[in-house]
Amino acid sequence: MRIKLVPRQTHSKVMTWMTPVMALVLSLLSGTVMFSLLGYPPLESLYAFFISPISDLYGLSELFIKATPLAIIAVGLAMGFRANVWNIGAEGQFTIGALTGSALVIYFPESDNVLMLPAMLILGVAGGMAWASIPAFLKTRFNTNEILTSLLLVYVAILILSTLVHGPWKDPAGYNFPESVIFQDVATLPIIVPGTRLHFGAIFALLVVATGWVLFSRTLAGFQVRVSGLAPHAARYTGVRSDRMVWYVLLGAGGLAGLAGIIEVAGPIGQVQPLISPGYGFAAIIVAFLGRLHPLGILFASLVLALSYLGGEFVQIKLGLPLGIAGVFQGMLLFFLLSCDVLINYRVEFRRPGTKSSASSA
Amino acid sequence: MAAITTIELVLLTVISAATPLLLAATGELVVERSGVLNLGVEGMMLVGAVSAFIVMLTTGSWALGIVAGAAAGVIMSMLFGVLTLFFLANQVASGLALTLFGIGVSSLLGIPFIGLPIDKLPALDLPLLGDIPILGPLIFGQDFLIYFSVLMIVVVHWFLFRTRSGLILRAVGESHDAAHSIGYSVIKIRFLAVMFGGAMAGLGGAFLSLSYTPMWVEQMTAGRGWIALALVVFATWKPGRVLIGAYLFGSVTILQLHLQGLGVQLPAQILSMLPYLVTILVLVLISRNAARVKLSAPGCLGQIFHPHS
Amino acid sequence: MSTPLLELKGVTKAFPGVVANDTIDLSIAEGEIHALLGENGAGKSTLVKIIYGYYSADAGDMSWLGEAVKVSSPAHARQIGIGMVFQHFSLFDALSVRENIELAIAAGKTGDELSEDIIEISTTYGLGLDPERDVFSLSVGERQRVEIVRCLLQSPKLLIMDEPTSVLTPQEADNLFEVLRKLADQGCAVLYISHKLEEIRRLCHHATILRHGKVVAQCDPTKEDTRSLAEMMIGKTLKPPAYELKQTGAEKLVVRNLSRNAETERSISLSDISFDVCEGEIFGIAGVAGNGQTELMEMLSGEILADDDSVISIDGVACGRRGVRARRQLGAAIVPEERLGHGAVGSMSLVENAFLGGHRRFNLTRGLWMNYANARKFAQQTCDDYDVRHAGIQVDAGSLSGGNLQKFLIGREILQEPLVMLASQPTWGVDAGSQLAIHKALLDLAARGTAVLVISQDLDELLELCNRVAVMFAGKLSEPHQVADLSAEKIGLLMGGAELESAKGVANAH
Repeated sequence: MRIKLVPRQTHSKVMTWMTPVMALVLSLLSGTVMFSLLGYPPLESLYAFFISPISDLYGLSELFIKATPLAIIAVGLAMGFRANVWNIGAEGQFTIGALTGSALVIYFPESDNVLMLPAMLILGVAGGMAWASIPAFLKTRFNTNEILTSLLLVYVAILILSTLVHGPWKDPAGYNFPESVIFQDVATLPIIVPGTRLHFGAIFALLVVATGWVLFSRTLAGFQVRVSGLAPHAARYTGVRSDRMVWYVLLGAGGLAGLAGIIEVAGPIGQVQPLISPGYGFAAIIVAFLGRLHPLGILFASLVLALSYLGGEFVQIKLGLPLGIAGVFQGMLLFFLLSCDVLINYRVEFRRPGTKSSASSA
Repeated sequence: MAAITTIELVLLTVISAATPLLLAATGELVVERSGVLNLGVEGMMLVGAVSAFIVMLTTGSWALGIVAGAAAGVIMSMLFGVLTLFFLANQVASGLALTLFGIGVSSLLGIPFIGLPIDKLPALDLPLLGDIPILGPLIFGQDFLIYFSVLMIVVVHWFLFRTRSGLILRAVGESHDAAHSIGYSVIKIRFLAVMFGGAMAGLGGAFLSLSYTPMWVEQMTAGRGWIALALVVFATWKPGRVLIGAYLFGSVTILQLHLQGLGVQLPAQILSMLPYLVTILVLVLISRNAARVKLSAPGCLGQIFHPHS
Repeated sequence: MSTPLLELKGVTKAFPGVVANDTIDLSIAEGEIHALLGENGAGKSTLVKIIYGYYSADAGDMSWLGEAVKVSSPAHARQIGIGMVFQHFSLFDALSVRENIELAIAAGKTGDELSEDIIEISTTYGLGLDPERDVFSLSVGERQRVEIVRCLLQSPKLLIMDEPTSVLTPQEADNLFEVLRKLADQGCAVLYISHKLEEIRRLCHHATILRHGKVVAQCDPTKEDTRSLAEMMIGKTLKPPAYELKQTGAEKLVVRNLSRNAETERSISLSDISFDVCEGEIFGIAGVAGNGQTELMEMLSGEILADDDSVISIDGVACGRRGVRARRQLGAAIVPEERLGHGAVGSMSLVENAFLGGHRRFNLTRGLWMNYANARKFAQQTCDDYDVRHAGIQVDAGSLSGGNLQKFLIGREILQEPLVMLASQPTWGVDAGSQLAIHKALLDLAARGTAVLVISQDLDELLELCNRVAVMFAGKLSEPHQVADLSAEKIGLLMGGAELESAKGVANAH
């Protein structure tokens, strides 16, 4: 029997939304195998990974906390991926956004001005944009591959963070720990569900998703982004300048990643630490793909990926499994998704050898 | 006498710092020459590093450790190959997936081995030659992987430009449709190239965990996979220039360490940024000439191939 | 009669939605130049790809020198003595002539030995080739020679040529015919695929005519005239549209001293191009592909901006520095050469593709917002007015046939009632019916007063449509000529750079 891929006449809209589900199921099955191989009872482990963490209000609120930065970053990245601009350095833009936003607190630690928080958010967005403008500038001016530059800048951003928390931003009263002062109330995002850590940032995430959705599907700008990605020549033909498109999507994605960064430090963390992200900038890439580069899909996908973080932490505590398992699960999910996606543009045909000679032509 | 030893020491460390980049970039060069862009070098290196370390520590055999590193890289690369060549997945996304997966898998596998010490991969014992002053230890006192990395540059150059198979591989990277229409099996050739890239990235990782810093640390590659990718562009897809590039980057890495040692009044983190910043700078300098990059890049780099589309 | 070299019986091949070859019989004798004649889409390419082992047939038998054979791959085909020169060359730009040839022949000679063979063969047949040149630096005609030499090195018994003259100047084509006749004299059969009737009459000993995947006639083309061949090919009595072109008016598109430097070694510079297109006129630009037409079109449409505003004016407004949108605002409509990926996005619906060219003039957008209701109406109107056959306006543009998609694009632009219409290769690769419809639409448009520019490789098309024609060669544009004073031969000379060369000679003499 031979398996053959036959191109579809029109891409399958059903499959576009089916393959993420298929990928999830395949990841769960593989997860079962993986847990058994590692010597843990598979079903219990899966339960501990995927169900236990969100079986109470607190767990659910933690899920939303983790989904918040993922969704915000992913909407920006999706815009870029649609336009064929491969910004994979959101982690760096996130970090710089967190830093530029926090700078206000560091230099005005006593301030109780109510404009503090809005100013921080704006500075965070600006920081992320500034960091993303480097690959944008290098791409448009010097034709430099944005994949490599944006990624390499992640390492630089993390080293800048490290420099600051180990040096000038270290809390003088902090027993020499590499941490900044704890943010005062006016610099912290308010809690929206009492008794949990769920903060105002989640509202921002919903706003970003809604705005992104409208932008994508109803505006000329969103349409031009899509055309740029699908057919760069056709975009030029309608008068879209490809240089400008690179700038728009990189600034957009950088700004959103920066926003997510400042939300993270002004929300659940509450201070600047050497480690402010467990790889949200990278996981958001998976979120963007799993969510079909569509804001609404991204909303769901961000919950799935948030659960993988939460589950990873949970099985570490409960079963003593290493934290790396979350990464393995995330990688697997993306693998399965990318392989299932072939079904969007191709049909699978099974042929027995001999019945149809054309099978040999491949 | 003391001065000579310092220079010697510096050169030795430059060679060490260059070798993992050289191995990985040589592999990626062949992959890209066949028309495939595998951005998962970092992930393959990590899994190679952890596998080599585990096998070395449990068996005590250097040879088995090195083989395990290469084998792990090959297995990882095959995941990528299946995804992009058979399931026609986007190569950029698949490469990223490979890196994310590699980071996760390596940290999972490496948990029990963090911080355990092993001996450094020993130098090959070349009697007499190694006793020549200065040049002796520099040229004849290195370990297997260092020789291998330089040898592979020669081999790859010979393969690509002096053999029929190499010509076919370049042809497939240049135009997969034309190669297919003449009757070459594009997918098979690319799959083999991808596997070779995996083996070389795995060896680059193995060098890190067996020789450069003989231990396992999570994410110990620290972006070297990405720098190796940049090196291929820097080298405009020519093996000889990969050698130059890798040693240049080795020098920058070591320069940065020695500046710290010499008491340059800058935070260590700022100096640590150097290799990344230099990589970006070099990429900019090379890419500035768009026409040149276009002419030297394989024509089908990163494009999906489906025989009947 | 002796055994035929190649014989096909009942060969059938279906693709999703279409039977490309339906029980085809074909027989070729040694030393025969055999024409396979048919319109685009008649199934010629599929049939030869089956013979060459690129596809395998769903049904039918093939015999080679009297023995049944199943060609499993192109390599197998070459092994038994079948060579093929593709319409779109399968050459590797970045490799040298020798490397290209080495790749296509069975392992054996390499390096200098092979170079000697190449030189020997190319001298024998008068195909000058330097084995060490990189292919990207060769002209189209030279590239074809590489393909031919590549086949000849394997001493084939049958050489398949797929539309070989579609990219050649008439003079280059004459040279090719000489080579093919020489080959035939030495016993090598040629299967010659074309839809150009005149050249088949001149060259071929026998013709098999395909229509809709079936053999509809066999004949000796030297005994037919182009009209009877055309009728066999198209299946109905031809009546070319005869339109009286109206008197032309004021210049609507003015191009003055337009130049552009080549970006890479592989692209063409434009030097000092000037011409006008008047109200109600169809102005043609002929030329072999790759002489700067693409580069010119990009500058006319505004996708690439000129250095100076004054080099291009639309309706009297200088706009060389203004982009596509500004030029559309001034009244330009644009049909680019590439349908998919340039004029249309294959994976978007027809409705979304309506936005690409038409969103300004048809209220498809309101401020920043997309108006899908109006876009649907516009897409539907385009399809209705221009007879675009489709499975609903929500299907991907990529699923339409070439002819239907082109009618959609032409319709989308014409419905905007432009002052200036820029169309590049408007009927390239479309079926005869669509071609007629597109020609009629362009003639009607000009009759309503639009200044129409048509860039085309198809001389017949230009002679039929245009008032004036100029020829592009090596990035320069010849003086325009009234079509009434032109013949295909004269244009052919221009396409080979004749006039420009002599002009240069005069300039140098001063």
